[in-house]
Amino acid sequence: MTPATATLPPERPVFDRVRRLFGSQEAVLFLALILLFTIVGSYNERYVADRNLSSIFLGNAYIAVAAIGMSMVIISGNIDISVGSLIGVLATISGTLAVEGYGIVTAWVVPIICSVVFTSITGALVAYLRMPAIVVTLGMLSILKGGLISVTDGAWINNLPEGYGLAQLKPLGIPMPIYFMVVLTILAALWMRYTAAGRAIYAVGGNPEAARLSGISRERTIMMVFAVHGVFTGIAAVLFATQFQTIQSTVPPNLELIIITASVVGGVSILGGTGTVIGSTLAAILLAAIGSALIFIDVSAYWLRAVQGVLILLTVLADLERRRRQRKAL
Amino acid sequence: MEGGTPATAPILKLDGIAKSFPGVRALKGVSFEVRPGEVHALLGENGAGKSTLIKIISGVYQPDEGTIALDGRPARFASPQEAQAAGIATIYQELLLFPELSVAENIWMGHAPRGPFGTIDWAKARAKARELLESLDIHDLDVTRTVGSLSVGNRQRVEIAKALSHNARILIMDEPTAALTEHDVERLFGIVRRLRERGVGIIYISHRLEEIFTLADRVTVLRDGEYVATRDVKDITTDDLIAMMVGRRIEALFPKMEAKIGEPVLEVENLVRRPMTRGVSLTVRAGEIVGLAGLVGAGRSEFAQVIFGVTPAESGTIRIGGQPVRIRSTGEAKRHGIAYVPEDRGLQGLVRPMKILENASLAVLGRLSRNSFIDRKAERQLAVDAVRKFSIRASSVEQVVNELSGGNQQKVVLGKWLATQPRLLIMDEPTRGIDVGAKSEIHRLMSELAQQGLAILMISSELPEILGMSDRILVMRQGRIVAEFPRAEATQEKIAAAMMSDVPVAGAA
Repeated sequence: MTPATATLPPERPVFDRVRRLFGSQEAVLFLALILLFTIVGSYNERYVADRNLSSIFLGNAYIAVAAIGMSMVIISGNIDISVGSLIGVLATISGTLAVEGYGIVTAWVVPIICSVVFTSITGALVAYLRMPAIVVTLGMLSILKGGLISVTDGAWINNLPEGYGLAQLKPLGIPMPIYFMVVLTILAALWMRYTAAGRAIYAVGGNPEAARLSGISRERTIMMVFAVHGVFTGIAAVLFATQFQTIQSTVPPNLELIIITASVVGGVSILGGTGTVIGSTLAAILLAAIGSALIFIDVSAYWLRAVQGVLILLTVLADLERRRRQRKAL
Repeated sequence: MEGGTPATAPILKLDGIAKSFPGVRALKGVSFEVRPGEVHALLGENGAGKSTLIKIISGVYQPDEGTIALDGRPARFASPQEAQAAGIATIYQELLLFPELSVAENIWMGHAPRGPFGTIDWAKARAKARELLESLDIHDLDVTRTVGSLSVGNRQRVEIAKALSHNARILIMDEPTAALTEHDVERLFGIVRRLRERGVGIIYISHRLEEIFTLADRVTVLRDGEYVATRDVKDITTDDLIAMMVGRRIEALFPKMEAKIGEPVLEVENLVRRPMTRGVSLTVRAGEIVGLAGLVGAGRSEFAQVIFGVTPAESGTIRIGGQPVRIRSTGEAKRHGIAYVPEDRGLQGLVRPMKILENASLAVLGRLSRNSFIDRKAERQLAVDAVRKFSIRASSVEQVVNELSGGNQQKVVLGKWLATQPRLLIMDEPTRGIDVGAKSEIHRLMSELAQQGLAILMISSELPEILGMSDRILVMRQGRIVAEFPRAEATQEKIAAAMMSDVPVAGAA
């Protein structure tokens, strides 16, 4: 038998960390962002001007925030396709509360609570009744979308009270949504990486049976994921509602697909068990930056969808390639 | 019984077949032949290589070495379709039928008779299906019924008819009686004899020796992937067969070290969880390794999962360290100091996309966390200790477990469970599918753990492992303990006989 110490090569923490960093989806996305800004910026300087950068971040930060929750749900081995409709409904609730004079703080907080209640119902159906998440949330999508249109008749909400526009605040000259995006991404990343609860999400998504045998409850973990997802969706909805002077009471079209795209391009495996929220936030920014870049290089913005599609396929291909290499290493 | 068939030329003849999988040699120098109109039984312990041989014959695997001859001409089956086209049909244990489709549709799946415009002629298909069934003396099966509504026996008859619809000349039956009632077994034997008269060559796999003597003309025995012998059934006895199966192996097993056996850690009385656990009583003491032997399907893993709270007991008592306990979830089992190293590493033991580090700490996250944050330093230490202690070969504890070999994966699972500091360790097939070196290391670890006072319940289908490692051996059959041997009195023959006996288990529900 080999001496036991020979089984682990000497630790090279710095080397290993650097190597892992550059092999990760996060690094790829980060480099892609820098490349994009450098190339498009040198073609048209206005692309990297403050005003454009701020509009890229500002208008899409709520997508990044929603993608954090979505990434957690996908990592746990589930999905939520009702999230776009939910954001629409929550925005309407928020605006209505504000217009009806319930107070600005109420109009900010109540939608988040509603969101958690709603995603917890979804979570309970998935966890305890073992209904597939895609079916549950497909049902929820229809209920929310239909309900929203019936209740509002498609009317927009105007006359929002003074001070309601949370997303329009600019402390220290930086738009509020950017604070939310950065702080929430960091908090979520720490939570996913360093807590037992976060680890449980990865375990349940990676192998529910092994997780269960290790004493991790699948039901409780999925309930928790959906509840936490509700918090992020709620915050995203408030950011969405407060960014303009009016709230459209229709659901932003394909919003759920944009959010899911951010998660997948961010490196979250659609099969569950792997990925990070940092990746999904970077991907949300990248998608927005690409959309803006198309305008600056005089390409129709309609191409954005096609570019997104190519990115999804490339990401999934890269993921499969990684798995294949792992299997070969056996 | 007709006895040995005259030496007609074989339909199928395999010579010197070898097949390896990464880390395991499944078959080596195996020869086998089937003559028309004979029932040729294939016998061997679990892991002897029967399934691999069957899969080579049916085109699922290709042999690394050796030749296959069909009607005297060399043949090569690159896929199950090619084997099927050559007239080889297989009926697997888990029947491969479409439950929502009718009997006739299942029989003609993929090659239904066609009408004038290339459409399927269902009237003809039904008539031909009826004809096929009647040729098997089956007159009570409505070909328009959905297969899902049929009994297991009837479904199997549909499978046989389906095989014949492909004009099968060789029919492989893998433990066909495992799930059948006595009456269905009788009918199956009738059908097999009828096929034999028609000149079909039948490869019959069964653990029930009784059946082999009732039905088979010849029997070939495999052991550890090697060919032992082929005999005419009329020339041999049950004892001969058992001796051929278990052999007199001197295995490179790690010698079991003496351990001080202490107080009972686990005491189970009349534990019931239908349908597989039907009243089990046993005791495992501190420092003791109890081997649980039995055939696949005897209910051993199911029993382990009852103890571990995966499928909680319906009735009976469990005492841990003398205290009666109720175990309703795996979390509760863990709190009572029970650890379970499951049978299937990939499906039950590991989260494959996770690192060694994360897998090793999975069962003790609660203990490692402070204010719900994981103590990263302690976690890393735990993993590094496990890697050192168990000689896990890895580039670092950050390596993803998917990249490790089977033996090293098993050590990670073992490390994960020992981190919970259990009093009772249940190991389900602890060395299945791992190479000899890793095997002996795991045996050494088990021996050391017992010396440290751990109570170990080991489920194994490998008799040398059972004999080599156990202080006491229990044999399970039909969901009950049917025999017990102290280490000194146990022999492979005695255990094998208790495992395979046909005596009904008293009071079995």
